[in-house]
Amino acid sequence: MSNREVMEYDVVIVGGGPSGLSTAIKLKQLKSDLNVCLLEKASEIGAHILSGNVFETRALDELLPNWKELNSPIKTKVSKEKFLFLGKKNSLSWPTWLLPKVQHNKNNYIISLANLCRWLAEQAESLGVEIFPGFPASEVLYNDDGSVKGIATQDMGLDKEGNKKDSFEPGMELHAKVTVFAEGCRGHLGKQLIKKFELDKGKNPQQYGIGFKEIWEINEKNHEEGLVMHTAGWPLDSKTYGGSFLYHAENKQIFLGYVIGLDYQNPHLSPFDEFQRFKTHPAIKKIIEGGKRISYGARALIEGGLQSLPKMFMPGALLVGCDAGTLNMPKIKGSHTAMKSGMIAAETIFEHLEQQKDLSVYEEKFNKSWVYKELHAARNVKPSFSWGLILGILFTGIDQILFRGKLPFTLKHKHADHETLKLAKDMPKIEYPKPDNVITFDKTSSVYLTGTNHADNQPVHLKLKNPDLPISFTLDKFDEPAQRYCPVGVYEVQTENNVKKFVINSQNCIHCKTCDIKEPSQNINWVTPEGGGGPKYGNM
Amino acid sequence: MKILVAVKRVIDYNVQIRVKEDGTGVVTDNVKMSTNPPDDNAVEEAVKIKEAGKAKEIVAVTVGEDKAQETVRKALAVGADRGIHVKVEGTIEPLAVSKVLQKIVDKEKPDLVFMGKQAIDDDCNQTGQMLAALLNWPQATFASKIEVKDKSLEVTREVDEGLETIEVNIPAIVTCDLRLNEPRYASLPNIMKAKKKPIEQINASDLGVDTGQRIQQIKVEEPPKRKAGIKVANVEELVQKLKNEAKVI
Repeated sequence: MSNREVMEYDVVIVGGGPSGLSTAIKLKQLKSDLNVCLLEKASEIGAHILSGNVFETRALDELLPNWKELNSPIKTKVSKEKFLFLGKKNSLSWPTWLLPKVQHNKNNYIISLANLCRWLAEQAESLGVEIFPGFPASEVLYNDDGSVKGIATQDMGLDKEGNKKDSFEPGMELHAKVTVFAEGCRGHLGKQLIKKFELDKGKNPQQYGIGFKEIWEINEKNHEEGLVMHTAGWPLDSKTYGGSFLYHAENKQIFLGYVIGLDYQNPHLSPFDEFQRFKTHPAIKKIIEGGKRISYGARALIEGGLQSLPKMFMPGALLVGCDAGTLNMPKIKGSHTAMKSGMIAAETIFEHLEQQKDLSVYEEKFNKSWVYKELHAARNVKPSFSWGLILGILFTGIDQILFRGKLPFTLKHKHADHETLKLAKDMPKIEYPKPDNVITFDKTSSVYLTGTNHADNQPVHLKLKNPDLPISFTLDKFDEPAQRYCPVGVYEVQTENNVKKFVINSQNCIHCKTCDIKEPSQNINWVTPEGGGGPKYGNM
Repeated sequence: MKILVAVKRVIDYNVQIRVKEDGTGVVTDNVKMSTNPPDDNAVEEAVKIKEAGKAKEIVAVTVGEDKAQETVRKALAVGADRGIHVKVEGTIEPLAVSKVLQKIVDKEKPDLVFMGKQAIDDDCNQTGQMLAALLNWPQATFASKIEVKDKSLEVTREVDEGLETIEVNIPAIVTCDLRLNEPRYASLPNIMKAKKKPIEQINASDLGVDTGQRIQQIKVEEPPKRKAGIKVANVEELVQKLKNEAKVI
């Protein structure tokens, strides 16, 4: 690939989420003449960002202490909190004083993380960071000594078979002294680096969840700006880890969502339909009734915590945020930890470039930071839920309220999420109610709201390692769960002349990465499509 | 030869349009915006003409708020030489845009003005025609093929009956159809270079153009919801339903 143009930077950052943008801002604050370039695969910063989000400002207070004066989109302070246990028809309100302290949101804000990222990007650009949306980094480049040299962007203008169209534009090589990978959960380059440099050696397998989010505009009488509500229980069975969030944001909007651990066992389970069904619960329905759904989206998230956190440095490169996995699961927050990990990465790079310190100081700095303390205190919560909901709650109560995360042992994550499915014939089928198109919807009308699109004549970006496996193996053993775990119906099993066929509607993909994680044989590999493709989220 | 290309910032074509609750317009907050798609075709055609050695300079112009500059920046990244941003706050109607463009034409003295046949937000399809009238220039609308001759253009137009080929003398206005060409991608190196190209800022008020609204918008509402389709068992039932229920035959 000698025909590609090359640009040299001090630092190249892959991904314009909270961690990447914080890295960029911090770098320029430390040394304003560093050449910092940030690439984002979405058509604009924020368009691929999806998060709850109740935001803890701790990292931002450190990064931009005057954020309140900078017209930031952080406006709605949490005013009230509720926690409900849902039964099928009833609900039990759990007193908030009986919740672990990490779940208190008193000084936090209800925000749109997408809008926060757009604002962070403005701050970064005003400091001189070069930001290029619409350019996925598709390939890691290495030096002769094996260290990371930089990345190459995706070729544009290839047809379905990979031939060059008239509009072909070759990718570009960006070389850097240090490359920072900030792709978010299950980054496709991060995944390769973790494998190549064995960064997860000695760690537990990473744990993931799939998170759904809808934005509703609701009736004024049901709206209580600043109210934060979470639920556990119905419709999930006690063996499946998950719960909902419902945040009353500004402008009569609520952010309504559901997270399900991807370690679920029943291949018949459809996370999308669980979320839709959840909305029919009387305690939820009464809030959204008479309102209108205006946005929909989904994204995989990290749940593994400290036990699964890989080593975050390697020769020439660092992993930040959830490309490594810094989300704090019991806190249900990852933005502040992602930002902080980026800021620590920036300090590390600064010392590396100025004082020739080794990039391994990243780990020392990280372990001394408040992020590590948080994650350490949180480490036993998620694994305890593998014993079921009741035991999980009991243990978490003891661990988090009595011992504040200081119990002298660490529970393990035993299985990777793709290993947990049981055989379809051994598990109960689940009958999901038909959508009513008022409260509940089908995948087709939902994907429409994401604004996702990929130019149709381009290579399929969801690659099957073995194209026959879905029909020859996965359909029989697991009833091809891709039909259900994909939140937008990319995967279908169709019958044509009595022959079953596995169809991939890749143009619908919203880049959530769930298939890459949950496919039982790890047969699906998510790679970057042409730049600018994917969802066009607004204030998600 | 010098070509002026007008570009407009509109809601991205992938975004599902949402009508504001009070009926005063559509929601533009937190919505992805892009260049009006046929404007991309207009820029592409200008660049092709320049690449063929038939034009010397391409100037991209937009009229709108600060962020409208992004569309000029994109035009610069695919081959325009410099940009002009005429700043106006709020809604601006086609007539006012035409008048602004007339002033820019007086100043820049281009030989050709290209733009999209219409914008996908208001679908007015008026600016090019009005500009032609104001300048008293010939116009070729809905162009799906442009051939540059000595002192004229041969333009194939997409009309209801099929294709119409006309010849217009230069200077002329051309509004471009989506079939005209396939716009190229802005490559990363070219975007980097485009950041260094100049964009001149002009306030519409300094041009002496009245950009006030002349059209009073009464109400914006969503189109009625389509009813779900049904499956019929046979042709008889279909005919019966078309006759008695749909009452179309």
